[in-house]
Parts: sequence; structure tokens; C-alpha cells
Amino acid sequence: MVISLFTVALIVFVLACFVGYHVIWGVTPALHTPLMAVTNAISGIVVVGAMMVAGGGVEVSSVGVGGYIITSEQAAFWAKCIGAFGVFLASINIFGGFVVTNRMLSMFKKK
Amino acid sequence: MTQLKNIIGPYLTGDVFALVYLVAGVFFILGLKGLSHPSSARRGNNFAMLGMFIAIVITLFHPQVTDYLWIFIPMALGALVGVPIALKINMTAMPQLVAILHSFVGLAAVLVAGGMFLPFQPELINSYGAVSEGIIPQLSTATMVEIFMGAWIGAITFTGSVVAFGKLNGNFRSAPITFKGQHLLNLLIFIAMIAAGVVFVMDHSLVAFVVMCGLAFVLGFTLIIPIGGADMPVIVSMLNSYSGWAAAATGFTLNNMQLIIAGALIGSSGAILSYIMCRAMNRSFISVVLGGFGAEDDLQASERASAAEKGVKEAAVEDASYMIENAESVVIVPGYGMAVAQAQHALKEVSEVLEEKGVKTRFAIHPVAGRMPGHMNVLLAEADVPYDRVEEMDDINSEFSQTDVVVVVGANDVVNPDAKENPSSPLYGMPILDAYKAKMVYVVKRSMSSGYAGVENTLFYRDNTYMIFGDAKEVAESLVGSLKGTGH
Repeated sequence: MVISLFTVALIVFVLACFVGYHVIWGVTPALHTPLMAVTNAISGIVVVGAMMVAGGGVEVSSVGVGGYIITSEQAAFWAKCIGAFGVFLASINIFGGFVVTNRMLSMFKKK
Repeated sequence: MTQLKNIIGPYLTGDVFALVYLVAGVFFILGLKGLSHPSSARRGNNFAMLGMFIAIVITLFHPQVTDYLWIFIPMALGALVGVPIALKINMTAMPQLVAILHSFVGLAAVLVAGGMFLPFQPELINSYGAVSEGIIPQLSTATMVEIFMGAWIGAITFTGSVVAFGKLNGNFRSAPITFKGQHLLNLLIFIAMIAAGVVFVMDHSLVAFVVMCGLAFVLGFTLIIPIGGADMPVIVSMLNSYSGWAAAATGFTLNNMQLIIAGALIGSSGAILSYIMCRAMNRSFISVVLGGFGAEDDLQASERASAAEKGVKEAAVEDASYMIENAESVVIVPGYGMAVAQAQHALKEVSEVLEEKGVKTRFAIHPVAGRMPGHMNVLLAEADVPYDRVEEMDDINSEFSQTDVVVVVGANDVVNPDAKENPSSPLYGMPILDAYKAKMVYVVKRSMSSGYAGVENTLFYRDNTYMIFGDAKEVAESLVGSLKGTGH
């Protein structure tokens, strides 16, 4: 009996939600702003998807946009542009998010 | 890079990728766990960075990723944009920054969904006969559903966050914008969006995809415009949650466990923060999301305020200074007004001067003070207030009755005793800081206007309360001057 990847993904997802629930309740309220900043940075993980699209991860044959048929090279180019823009946006999150979190956390000092 | 990939590539099976992503996901969990205490928080952030680094590096070795320039150049540009902003941003502006970063995640999720689907556009593939030759695999229905989910959640996150950013940054009016039939309109847009999504999943149609995304963009906008400025802590948390679900949906599309783990963590994080914020306001999540709260017009509020002004006692800074320095314990309650006036540095000086004089001084933070969860804590940390001087509501509430002086700076509804004592008050039931139990309360405020909820604050009329009218920063500064001038 074989289970599908989707089912595995669903199991991981549900369990990760429970892990998230317990870990997040453990976060001290004083650090809720850094929490949001770091989850922002972590959500930049969509960069992985954008990299697959930008790096030629999806095999492209031919694409129609608005009734125009474009060749496979052009289609690849379009998909790459979309992916590259995604990489750009997600990278702002990753770099900006981690740096600002670090900056905030360095301010929290004990007497 | 390519050579390295040729050497180790054959060893990188799908299982290896999955396991490496698992390791990176575990680092994300450890990173969030670090935030349970300020002393372990920076290590946690480093763990999360390590997790991200691992995820990006292993993805570079993915057999489908061949074109590195298309990755490295936008990534470097992203760093060039992100790092300077992160280094320069004023801590008061953190809510705006977080909101705009959410919007980037949302848009990136839409782009990934579009980029996944675009090459599989069916009509043209068929016209080239590609499918019949078996060159192009058709996307499965499950994948189509996942693309659809990622795209619409991402799109709502994008425009919703842009509106939230605009409101927080003052580009749009922060007051709720409401009109008749608003909720019906939102519902209709939602139904139309789902319908377009169903067509997209059935027909694999690019047009349906574009229509669906367009409707989701509109919906993100119309959902957030009716929500007022002080409800933003809930909305920013909610959009945080959405950005997580969008990432998780992308993870399902790519069958990438790390995206799913990270998305689930962020999704729960935002959901829990929204819940905490709602509970602290004693409002249901639904009522916040439906919006329109705090739509009170200014005229009405000022009229009522002037009528009520009779019972109010005003104090000069010098009086307050005298009482404070002769107290044994002082609690300062900051609110959004402190952030607006940038008074945190002056308040920190007040607390330092008092500590030197042997007065025990602490700060008390209500969960919804400010425009995002934990906003006040970051501002005080920025002003070098040690975090062990900053107390949460539940920890300090029992101590107000033994406190000599409370100084309320720019906070209002969160110290309104009506929330406890007056069942007919709209605030009734909301947890508050029990400032009114202290022997003496000074309220620093610009005018008698009511708070965000548009409810009169009966704390101001209590026998033990004195008002100090003025800008929070100026009052705090003259308080420092006065405290220093009268050396004991």
C-alpha cells in the first residue's frame, strides 16, 4: 500500500500546525514584535518556490498570452521573469526580516 | 557552482533533499522557540537564519534549477533593498515595515503560483500536440487546487497588507471607511473568486486564473479598508497568519515539506497573535474583521469631553514631580500616545532619575498598547529600558494597590475602570491595567478627548487622579528637569 505525496504533505502540515501552536504560546509577549518580524523573514521561504521557477525548474514548451502564441524560448523567458521577481520580493523579506529582528533583539538588555 | 553540482549531484536523491529541508525546518522551530525569553532570542534568530541558509543552498542543487544568474541577481537586489531599510527603520514605524513585508510574501506566492502554472497552459500545448507526444505532463487536479489556494491567499495578503501599510503609514485615512452593503459586496466578490477558481481548476484556463487573482486583489483591498487604526494589531497579526498559509499552499504545490512546516508555523503564529489581541480588547475576531469600530466622529467626542471636564483636577509637572520622588514605587503605563510623541527616551530618563533616588520604577504594558503586538516593549527596549523593568499586564495587576504613583502616558481605554465596574459600558469585560487602584494617578494627555473606543474614561474623574495636559515628550522632559532640579 502506497500513500501519496499529498497525504504525506497533509500529515506534515497538520502536525506542524500543532508544533506551531505550542511553540508560539511559549513566546513571551514582550517579544511579540520581534516574533512578527522573524516570521516575516521565515515566510521568505517562498523563495524556494520562486527559485525553482526562476532557475528554469519548470520545463516550458509553449505558452499563449492573450491570444498570442509565443515560442518556447519566449515562454521560458516569461516564466523566469516571474520567478526572478518572486526571488527579489522574497529576498527583501529574508534579508530585511532577519536584520531588523536581530536589530530589535539586540536592544533587549537586562539591567 | 555547476561543476560542484555535477560532482555531488548524483548523490542528491529526492530523499536527501527532503531530509535536508527537514533539518532546515527544525531550525525554524528552534528559532521560534528561542523567542520564549529575551536572553535566548538572538540565538533563536541565528537558528532561523541558518535554517533559511540551508534551504536556499540545497535548492541551488535541485536538478531542475539550472540558471543561477536568474536567482543570484534578484536575490542580491533584494538584499540591497531589504538590509538598508532594516538598518535605518525607526522603531515607531515597525508596524508599517511588517505590513509591507507581508505584502511581498503575498505577491511572491502569487508569482510562484503563476510561474508554476504558466508553462502548462493547455490550449497551446494541445495545439502543438505536445501532450499527445507526452512531452508536457498535465498538472493534476490536486496541483491545480494547490496553485489556486496559494494564488488567492497570496493575493488577498498582498493588497490587504498594502492597505494596512497605507493606514499605518498615514498614506490613507486610518479611520474606518464604511458604506452600506459592504459585507454583501465582499461576500459576492468572494463567491465570484471561488467560482473563477473552480473554472481554473476544471479547465486549466489562464483567463480564469487572471480573473481569480484580480478578484482576490480587490477583495484584499475591500476587506481591510473598513478597519480602523487601533484595530491594526489584530489585522497585522491576521495578515501575518495569511502569509503563512500562502507559503504552506505553495509548499503543497511544490511538495516541499519545509515550505509546509514554515507556513504552518507562521500561520499558527499569526492566528494566535490575533487571538491574544482580540482577547485583550474583549472583542470577537469576527467583529474586528467586519470593521467599522471606532467610527465616532470628532465633534461628538469633543462635545462630550468639554461637558465632562468639570470634574477633572489638573496638576502641574512640579506637583507630580514632588509626589513621584517621594513615592516608594512608581509604575509608568505607556500607550500609543507615547509612540506618537516619541516620548520613550524621555520616560527612560524619568525612570533612571527615580531609580537613582531609590524609587522603584517599572513600566506596565497592556497587550494591545500600540499598533502591533509587543510594540511598546520594542520602543522601550530601543530607549534602553532594561526588559526586567517592563511588566506584562497579568504580572503587575495585583501590585497596583501597593503602588504609590501611576503615571499614564498616552494610554486611555486600557486603564478605564468602567471596563471592570460598569456593565453598561461598551468596554465592560475588557481586561485592563488596574491603575485606578494606585494611591495616586497622573494622566499625561493632550486633551480630554475620549480614547479609540469613543468611551469616556472615568479614571480621569476619580479622586486620586490628576491630569497633566501636554505633549507626552515635553511633559516627560520637564518632569526629568524638575526631578533633577530638586536634589534630595
